[in-house]
Amino acid sequence: MEKELKYVDMVEQPIAMHPKKFALWLFLVTVVMIFAALTSAYIVRQSEGNWLEYDLPTIFWYSSGIVVLSSLFLQYAYSAAKKDNLVGLRSGLSLAVLFGVAFLVSQWYSWVALVDENVFFVGNPSGSFLYVFTGLHAVHLISGVIFLIIVLISTYRYKVHSKSMDTLEMATTFWHFLAALWLYLFMFLLLNH
Amino acid sequence: MSTASVANHDAAHDHHDHEHHDNFVTKYIFSQDHKMIAKQYLVTGMFWALIGGLLSILFRLQLGFPDMDMSFLRPILGGWIDEAGKLDPTFYLALVTMHGTIMVFFVLTAGLSGTFSNFLIPLQIGARDMASGFMNMISYWLFFISGVIMFISLFLKTGPAAGGWVVYPPLSALEQAIPGSGLGMTLWLVAMTFFIASSLMGGINYITTVINLRTKGMSFSKLPLTIWAFFLTAVIGLLSFPVLFAAALLLVFDRSFGTSFYLSDIYIGGEALPNTGGSPVLYQHLFWFLGHPEVYIVLLPALGITSEVIATNSRKPIFGYKAMIISLLGITVLSFVVWAHHMFVSGMNPFLGSIFMFLTLIIAVPSAVKVFNYLTTLWRGNLIFTPAMLFSIGLVSFFISGGLTGIFLGNSAIDIQLHDTYFVVAHFHLVMGSASFFGMIAGVYHWFPKMFGRMMDAKLGYVHFWITFVGVYMVFFPMHYIGIAGFPRRYYSWTNFEFANMYTDLNMFVSVAAIITFGAQFIFLFNFFYSMYRGRKASENPWRSNTLEWTTPIEPGHGNWPGEIPAVYRWPYDYSKPGAEEDFIPQTVPLSATPESNLPHEQELVKVELEIMKEEEEVLVSNETSH
Repeated sequence: MEKELKYVDMVEQPIAMHPKKFALWLFLVTVVMIFAALTSAYIVRQSEGNWLEYDLPTIFWYSSGIVVLSSLFLQYAYSAAKKDNLVGLRSGLSLAVLFGVAFLVSQWYSWVALVDENVFFVGNPSGSFLYVFTGLHAVHLISGVIFLIIVLISTYRYKVHSKSMDTLEMATTFWHFLAALWLYLFMFLLLNH
Repeated sequence: MSTASVANHDAAHDHHDHEHHDNFVTKYIFSQDHKMIAKQYLVTGMFWALIGGLLSILFRLQLGFPDMDMSFLRPILGGWIDEAGKLDPTFYLALVTMHGTIMVFFVLTAGLSGTFSNFLIPLQIGARDMASGFMNMISYWLFFISGVIMFISLFLKTGPAAGGWVVYPPLSALEQAIPGSGLGMTLWLVAMTFFIASSLMGGINYITTVINLRTKGMSFSKLPLTIWAFFLTAVIGLLSFPVLFAAALLLVFDRSFGTSFYLSDIYIGGEALPNTGGSPVLYQHLFWFLGHPEVYIVLLPALGITSEVIATNSRKPIFGYKAMIISLLGITVLSFVVWAHHMFVSGMNPFLGSIFMFLTLIIAVPSAVKVFNYLTTLWRGNLIFTPAMLFSIGLVSFFISGGLTGIFLGNSAIDIQLHDTYFVVAHFHLVMGSASFFGMIAGVYHWFPKMFGRMMDAKLGYVHFWITFVGVYMVFFPMHYIGIAGFPRRYYSWTNFEFANMYTDLNMFVSVAAIITFGAQFIFLFNFFYSMYRGRKASENPWRSNTLEWTTPIEPGHGNWPGEIPAVYRWPYDYSKPGAEEDFIPQTVPLSATPESNLPHEQELVKVELEIMKEEEEVLVSNETSH
């Protein structure tokens, strides 16, 4: 049994992926683990009672729409870059950045809405958790915006095109991931509220 | 295929270019070469091991000799020794906290994984360097910054963190609780944040490298067990350190921003704190979700190193290569589902306790598989007792004696009696602390020739081994009795308890043994630094080993192999193969070159191999002409 295992595939180059893209995926795993930890902490804490009930800000629905649109724009930019459509690439990327910033602004207003509801960062953990989720997600999203801006600048130096897609591809992966992460958080809050 | 080999060529050229630009700073300080980074980790780890060991001697003095006049320590400890020459009780708590933190994270995580994953992964899988040398460098320097911050916290007026290495709230969350929960705790959290970032960067690099940068023929079924262990260690770290980050983040909010994640209904001096609705058990869940896998982050690399050293020095193939891999995988998976066995007495639901007890006891199975495989590898081997081999056998011994007590502690009912006693201290110092430490030392003795091109002195190594091995048992074995007798951990003194009187001698004995064992480590330090400059020159393959690192030049440069990276044709454990001329066949020797020792099914594979080699040659020739 063991002997068979040893010699089956002789000298072949092992399958390899672009190391940086692979590392990005591993980084995403760590982000997933952070939010998995926080959301499970939320459930564990919620089950213990003494839990403040309040309405989720309705603005979350708008911010979810915005972040999805932003992702779609970036996907458009990605396919434009594949076809060497530089104008489409730049406009798609710019719109994605713009909507990303708009998302951050709408998240800010969700905090304003929470404060209006008398739900503060300091107080019952049920409110604090919401600030931590949105805040930590926003921190990641800011890093994503910076990443997108860097890619946008490099398009003006003609460094992104159909034969040099790696950076854009990584930015797209990260951006879609952040959008999906927000949708997960939002759904989680809707279901466990 | 062809694109991959072209990429390799480019990488090779890059490295040649770099070699001419090395100056002192890029070579020794901000190095991106995995071998130099490994040495940086090793030396930093040794520094921290000394500090951590010294702290333990200080509190062992207090525990063994509670009436001792410690005025002579005033030059180092200053105000922490009071007028009467007694150690300050709050500083005692700081000592145990820092000893734990330093040993677990800085020595046995960074010092062990950082050193050997960095050093061995590229060398044993046949890669020029890590996937990202830059990220690797950042990883070390984040660790360094983390260390500097932790070191500074030792000298604070209010002392370093003192809430135990697990820093449970509310003790750690409230500045009023103890002096150590002030600035010392803040620095602890900052240092750990840097440390987590460093570990994650390192881990991402290790995983990426192992998966993507293996040389030709190096399939997962031909990987040395060291690499399997480092790989799975990195996976565990990648999944568990972010959770510690989440726990620490909420703790920071509780400490500095007034939230109540972990705090509820606390009265200090009759005054109620405003915090309400928090749950301290929540922190324990989050912490131990890292904390338990962390035990395996510490242990697995040591087990990997042991597998390699024992197989090489028994001149036998490792027994049950596949079983070893499966048990490593089993430990990896199980490490994530047993965390609550640290919390049996935390007020957790007892039914949950029985589930975690069941899962915990299952870990005994893969652990036992590993132990039996070590023993059966040693069985009737042509044992060569190098210092590395002795330390590896020592590891197996600790793993058995410490592991057995784990079976008791894993039972939620027995744990009610034993929880937080010296029995626990004895258990984890043997199975995790000493075992991993021995794995690390074994690794240093074994790969020293590859690191520095010289051999360490074997006689000093034997002296070091015997004093340490006997010393460790002298220190930790009596602790089992003390623990069963009911001595709780982290107590400054037991002189007020009647029952403790009859154990005074035993505690004294433990302390003396600890001092001797600690002293023996200086033999190692001397041997290490002396051999680095004056040691006997090493030959290319001093242990007659099969793995790839021994096919590099004695002191490999940046890029590891001067020419092409060798391809791999066989598993790494062809020791004493019947019919073979020598008692080892390196991984780079094709099956077609050893018809005398091939097994029947290998003879079949020779035909395939020859065909592939012919193709390879054609590709090479066409590459040469196109260049």
